[in-house]
Amino acid sequence: MSDAVLEVEDLRVHYLTRFGTRVQAVDGVSFSLKEGEILGIAGESGCGKTTLVSGCMGLYIPPLHHTSGDVRIAGKSIIGMSLEQNRKEVLGRRISMIPQGALNSLNPTRKIKDLATDMILSHDESADKRDIYERLRERFERIGLDAAHVLNAYPVQLPAGTKQRVVIGISTLLNPKVVVADEPTSALDVSTQKAVIRLLFDLMDQGIIASMLFITHELPLLRHVSSRIAVMYAGEIVELGTTEQVIFDPRQPYTKALMGSMLSAEPGQRDRKPVAIEGAPPNLAVPIKGCRFAERCPSVRPDCKETKQVIRLVAGREVRCQYAS
Amino acid sequence: MFRGLLKSPAFVVGAGLFLLTILVALFAPLFMNVDTQTRVGLAYMPPSSEHWLGTDHLGIDMVSLLIAGLRASLHVGFLAGIVATIVGTLIGVYGGYKGGLIDDVLTVATNLFLVIPSLIVLILLSSSLDEGRSLSLIALIIGCTTWTWSARAVRAQSASLRGRDHVSLARINGYGTFGIVTLHILPYLLSYIFMVFILQTATGILSEASISMLGLGPYDSVSLGKILNEAIRNEALTDGAWWAFVPAMVLVTIIAFALYVINTAMEGVFNPRLRK
Amino acid sequence: MQAEPYKFEARNLSRVFRNGKKTTVAVDNVSFTIKDREIVSLVGQSGCGKTVLAKMLLRLETPTSGELSFNGRPIGAERDPRDHWRQVQAVFQDPFSAFNQFFTIRSQLKSSFHLFKEKPSPREMEERVDQALLAVNIKPKEIEGKYPFELSGGQMQRMLLARIFILRPQVLIADEPTSMVDACSRANILDYLMKLKEELKMTIVFVTHDIGLAYYVSDSIFIMHQGKIVEQGPPDRVTQHPESEWTRQLLDDIPDIHRDWIQRGPPKSAVEPAAGTIAETA
Repeated sequence: MSDAVLEVEDLRVHYLTRFGTRVQAVDGVSFSLKEGEILGIAGESGCGKTTLVSGCMGLYIPPLHHTSGDVRIAGKSIIGMSLEQNRKEVLGRRISMIPQGALNSLNPTRKIKDLATDMILSHDESADKRDIYERLRERFERIGLDAAHVLNAYPVQLPAGTKQRVVIGISTLLNPKVVVADEPTSALDVSTQKAVIRLLFDLMDQGIIASMLFITHELPLLRHVSSRIAVMYAGEIVELGTTEQVIFDPRQPYTKALMGSMLSAEPGQRDRKPVAIEGAPPNLAVPIKGCRFAERCPSVRPDCKETKQVIRLVAGREVRCQYAS
Repeated sequence: MFRGLLKSPAFVVGAGLFLLTILVALFAPLFMNVDTQTRVGLAYMPPSSEHWLGTDHLGIDMVSLLIAGLRASLHVGFLAGIVATIVGTLIGVYGGYKGGLIDDVLTVATNLFLVIPSLIVLILLSSSLDEGRSLSLIALIIGCTTWTWSARAVRAQSASLRGRDHVSLARINGYGTFGIVTLHILPYLLSYIFMVFILQTATGILSEASISMLGLGPYDSVSLGKILNEAIRNEALTDGAWWAFVPAMVLVTIIAFALYVINTAMEGVFNPRLRK
Repeated sequence: MQAEPYKFEARNLSRVFRNGKKTTVAVDNVSFTIKDREIVSLVGQSGCGKTVLAKMLLRLETPTSGELSFNGRPIGAERDPRDHWRQVQAVFQDPFSAFNQFFTIRSQLKSSFHLFKEKPSPREMEERVDQALLAVNIKPKEIEGKYPFELSGGQMQRMLLARIFILRPQVLIADEPTSMVDACSRANILDYLMKLKEELKMTIVFVTHDIGLAYYVSDSIFIMHQGKIVEQGPPDRVTQHPESEWTRQLLDDIPDIHRDWIQRGPPKSAVEPAAGTIAETA
């Protein structure tokens, strides 16, 4: 267990809508991330993966609230910290995020070097500015950027691929134990995407990133990036296993449907009819009694809507379905 | 969207002030005797408990004059605002949607009007009309010379909507320019046009105050600008009769200020990029 | 006997945008043919020109040079574009932006009848709208009196398809019809499109960045890059034996389930954090 860099234990996170309704976006998620591993979180929009990210980082800013459960990074819990404490000790240093739409997360009115310096100073006020610049230069060169040019530029002057590298560079300056990449390449074209993933692998190999949580809805990407995959649906993990298990031998009905719906340009795929499921995920503002996928499940049985589904071990991986075999 | 406006303190202050002046203008006559004809005292009597702001050069109650003037100025402002907004919107939305040659021609026309100093036109038109100068006519003249701002503002918005998917869909449903502009562009611009109208009204009030101050205002009615004009002509300030000039000036300034503040607040809400 | 004209034929077709000093060549001298009842996909990354080309097929953009004909006659020859739209229609990527937010969805479906030369009677219009809704598995009651924002993404997507059932065109231009749809619902949309194709004997032109989708549905794939068509051909040939370097690069860069994607070397030695004075307490 001491191998685990990030442990999430029965985490439940909710947010309050404008009208005061409580939406349980993450409802009992548990997993652990080992050092040196990339764990993929797969799911579609609305499944709770983005809320899970905020939860793992301790970013419980209203309307987002922590309901119950624990999050531990390198053994120390981050639940219950004030935001101030969280910002100082946790964010950027123990756990860092590469956000979705990273291209817009850079403050357009400041030079890259100033943004990076601010990041460092917010964790260590006593750091020497010149020393910082040297280290920034060294780190940026290491990640394949023309440091002198990039550091002195404004975000708007840089192309999309370079900006993505800069964001990754700044997020990993302090060698965080856990890096959370939330759809880091969805807005990029395929060639840039490949380059960014290569960069992430490189950073892992160099020890700059110890372990990574990779969140995406693109399954083929996870096939190549992660060693284990957790599939989320309606705020819960429905299947968690190795990449081989989840992609090639899914056991839970939603995972099966998701894998079956993939369209790829590989020979033989034209004869395969992709799986289609009617309906939409359930409304999480309303407490759900039984299985959340029961409404749409092609193998639903009469008691699925009544019995709450718990995680079981099936064929060497975790599955949330009482009838999976 | 309007909830956002109510959250902005600037909007609440501006709207509040403006609403107050409108209420006073509309309802004051119900509570007090607004009499702009009767001499109630000597010329330039200072403020007293009977006549809160004294009398003018003819001995008429200043408060009555101010209320009547306020009503007239608001009348001109709103009418001019309506005219300018309608003209400007029609030209702007059409040019913005069509683009190309039509847009170029309309833009040139707009720029021409922009370059001609509207005050000069107003002065020329007003002086040639002499006795025919009614409040409504003045409002019309102001409206027809100050629409250029609306045209440019609406044009930009219309052009940005041109490429939207729902407009493309309407086109492939066979709708022509008129149908698309009325059904698919104007509804999306309604709140913007309202904001434009507020600004045009402010312009109207100020324009009226300017030309009336120069003595080219309405022939028969009282207006805030006319009050100022009379005060200047009868040397009220040198006589020390500040009450004949200052309150009218303050009223004009308050109205203009309120309307500009409302406009800024609305810009902030409708144009999120400005918010930061 | 003369062969039937192509559904679409393009010869040296270009579309250039001039904005002050800046000139952008969106579509660069392309030539191709699309046959009746064929399913063709225009595939490429964003900015490659596929959307502008699709708009030209749809007569929403005019070529700056070259020829583009439909059923043997140049597009734009007829003054009234409605003749073209009676035969060529489209579904768009984002169903919420494709409809006006101020009118009910049913009234907007009815507004499609505006295109007809002879408008059917009000009762027939209502019937046809109902039939179109049922064809996409929506009960008319479900959308009664509702505005677009009151419906789900899946329902709105089907509204775009219902409109096609009402209009019954010969050609459908489908612009990224599944990119904003859940993976599990994607196949449903494709099913409806195939159902439409069979029933109306349509020719379909897909515009997409997803080569997997193009591979699955198409009879012919056009790969576009920087305004040019760099590769044309049947899906198997294009994906297994690409002739253009760009296509090879593209296929290489796309992560697939079965093929290898990135080679990973052995781990390198550890690197100091960029701010060395920070001590990490384990």
